Amino acid sequence: MIALIARRIAQSLPTLFLVVTGSFFLIRLAPGGPFDLERPLPPAAMENLRRVYGLDQPLIVQFGRYLASLARGDLGPSFSFRDLTVTDLFARGLPVSATLGALALVLALTLGLALGSLAAFRSGGPADRLVGLVASLGLAVPNFVTAPLLQIVFGLGLAWLPVGGWAGGNPKNLVLPVLTLALPHAAGIARLTRASLAEVLIQPHIRTQRAMGLSRARIARHALRGALLPVVATLGPLAAGLMTGSVVVETIFGLPGIGRYFIEGALNRDYTLVMGTVVLVAVMVIAFNLIADLAAAALDPRLRVSA
Amino acid sequence: MSAALARLARRRLARDRGALAALASLVLIVLACLIGPFLTGHKPEQIYPDFVRVAPSLDAHPRADELRPALTRLAFRMRLGLEDVRLEGDRVRLTLTASGRPVDERALRLLPRSGLFGSAQVLERAADGSRLVVALPVRKLTFLLGTDALGRDLLTRCLAAGQVSLLIGLTATLAALLIGVSYGAVSGMAGGWVDALMMRLLDILYALPFVFFVIMLLVFFRAGLWLVMVAVAAVEWLDMARIVRTQTLSLKGRDFFRAATALGVGPGTILVRHVVPNTLGPIIAAATLLVPRVILLESFLSFLGLGVQEPATSWGVLIAEGARALESAPWMLAAPAGFLVVTLVALNRLGDGLGEALDPRLQRDSAGT
Repeated sequence: MIALIARRIAQSLPTLFLVVTGSFFLIRLAPGGPFDLERPLPPAAMENLRRVYGLDQPLIVQFGRYLASLARGDLGPSFSFRDLTVTDLFARGLPVSATLGALALVLALTLGLALGSLAAFRSGGPADRLVGLVASLGLAVPNFVTAPLLQIVFGLGLAWLPVGGWAGGNPKNLVLPVLTLALPHAAGIARLTRASLAEVLIQPHIRTQRAMGLSRARIARHALRGALLPVVATLGPLAAGLMTGSVVVETIFGLPGIGRYFIEGALNRDYTLVMGTVVLVAVMVIAFNLIADLAAAALDPRLRVSA
Repeated sequence: MSAALARLARRRLARDRGALAALASLVLIVLACLIGPFLTGHKPEQIYPDFVRVAPSLDAHPRADELRPALTRLAFRMRLGLEDVRLEGDRVRLTLTASGRPVDERALRLLPRSGLFGSAQVLERAADGSRLVVALPVRKLTFLLGTDALGRDLLTRCLAAGQVSLLIGLTATLAALLIGVSYGAVSGMAGGWVDALMMRLLDILYALPFVFFVIMLLVFFRAGLWLVMVAVAAVEWLDMARIVRTQTLSLKGRDFFRAATALGVGPGTILVRHVVPNTLGPIIAAATLLVPRVILLESFLSFLGLGVQEPATSWGVLIAEGARALESAPWMLAAPAGFLVVTLVALNRLGDGLGEALDPRLQRDSAGT
């Protein structure tokens, strides 16, 4: 187990290096700089600023310095948020995004697994067809359509829930963003669960269990265990994506998460913020993929042997 | 894909009513987007300043109560006075006045340019030229899906936007197909350490937050349409490469493959003549499912303002405009979102149907029927 984790971390280092290198040089190739204002700064001031932030050094030196500070866990000062480091910004925004993401993940899993199993056990029936229809709609309606629709129905029309804002994590403020985040993933999980469960249900060991007269609930438990594997395999990237925030949802609902940092950072040429976001996302993807793999190994003994 | 499988697939697809319905709606949408803009009677960029945020309806505009304000506004722009406006059938009769100078008849050219009226016909002139009685044919404009915040016909704009969205979906899918199929086929054919290396590279690429690179490219290098397509294709070819490689590997063990090798056919020819045609089934299905993903990604980027730029438009751009005007003009969101969602659902359904119809594993199930 520990060997597996260690090996996976070692494997992920080249990926991380590639991500950091690629984005570092890409962002430096871009025209413009972090201190470009509508009225240009006096050359002397610009020179000073560049020296303070180390931008006067050759690019390769800056890259080396960045890698060194990254190795110490320091993401550097933000260029566009004065007096704040990128770590400060994440410390503020990540709890918001992670709360929303975790809730959305739980909701998506619950809904998706329940609907997907319902459809698979009632295969071909009206419930199956209804779930199929709802799931294909859920996959096709983008979140930038869902979000304003939810706002206008539940926020303005029925006035049950606030239209936006964080309000210190008030549960009422969380409902609509979490729904928006969860719905497409719930649809995806439902479809995947249905497909993989339907494949398991026609296998010989299930037929044997039926013949042995096992109760439906027992059979369902056995079948689900096998059917969960493909679902678990997709959870890694999904969880990472949800936890690191969504630009669309955070913009539409006015939430102070980290989803907006990337685009804002890119537009302001806030080099360190963009780099920090990329690193954070890459680390999250790697971490959640590892967790998903461990969960898959827990579900399927065969994977433990080969790992 | 062998001819037999193709025939079988066609027969299986013909029995899949859902997939057929999806195919029919897709054909309809594509035709509508291609020829619709010529039939709606409006140009996508034509602005009717008098009809801003008109709700969808079958009624013809301008209605009687809209005539007066529209004419007042036009007269103001012509710097002329407006008197006795009378509606006579589908023509309106009005008197234009100028104080202390003759009416400049060149100003009449402004009337048809509003889009509301035909060319004016002068009925009477006063002796000093300061009064002009004019008959003006009133055009009948219908806005089936309403108009947007600038007064442009939404149906026409949705259809024109559809051309762009569909074009990006198709082009980027084709590009992703090209990269993915070549990469996967070469990797599968080569085998050994080349294959291992190429797959390892693919694993690394999978872990990259590609959408971030796309956004960076678009933010930094002021995206044009073609860059959006390239960027989207660069993200989406990975799955295709996997599928093709797996297929290629399974083909390598088959007799016809070994026979071709034994006959001395080169690997390049085998690739083109045997491998690619035999992987076509799963590739077609996967490509059909890729189109909606590309369209969704494009509309996401356009929603953020990074994708398609004015004056060109796509469904994502229109949805972004609609989301901003949701309270005052909900149809501005509903119309483009409707087009987008129907297209995506149909493409997904068709892709699923094709995947089932082209799945060689299921071949024996329906062989007897």
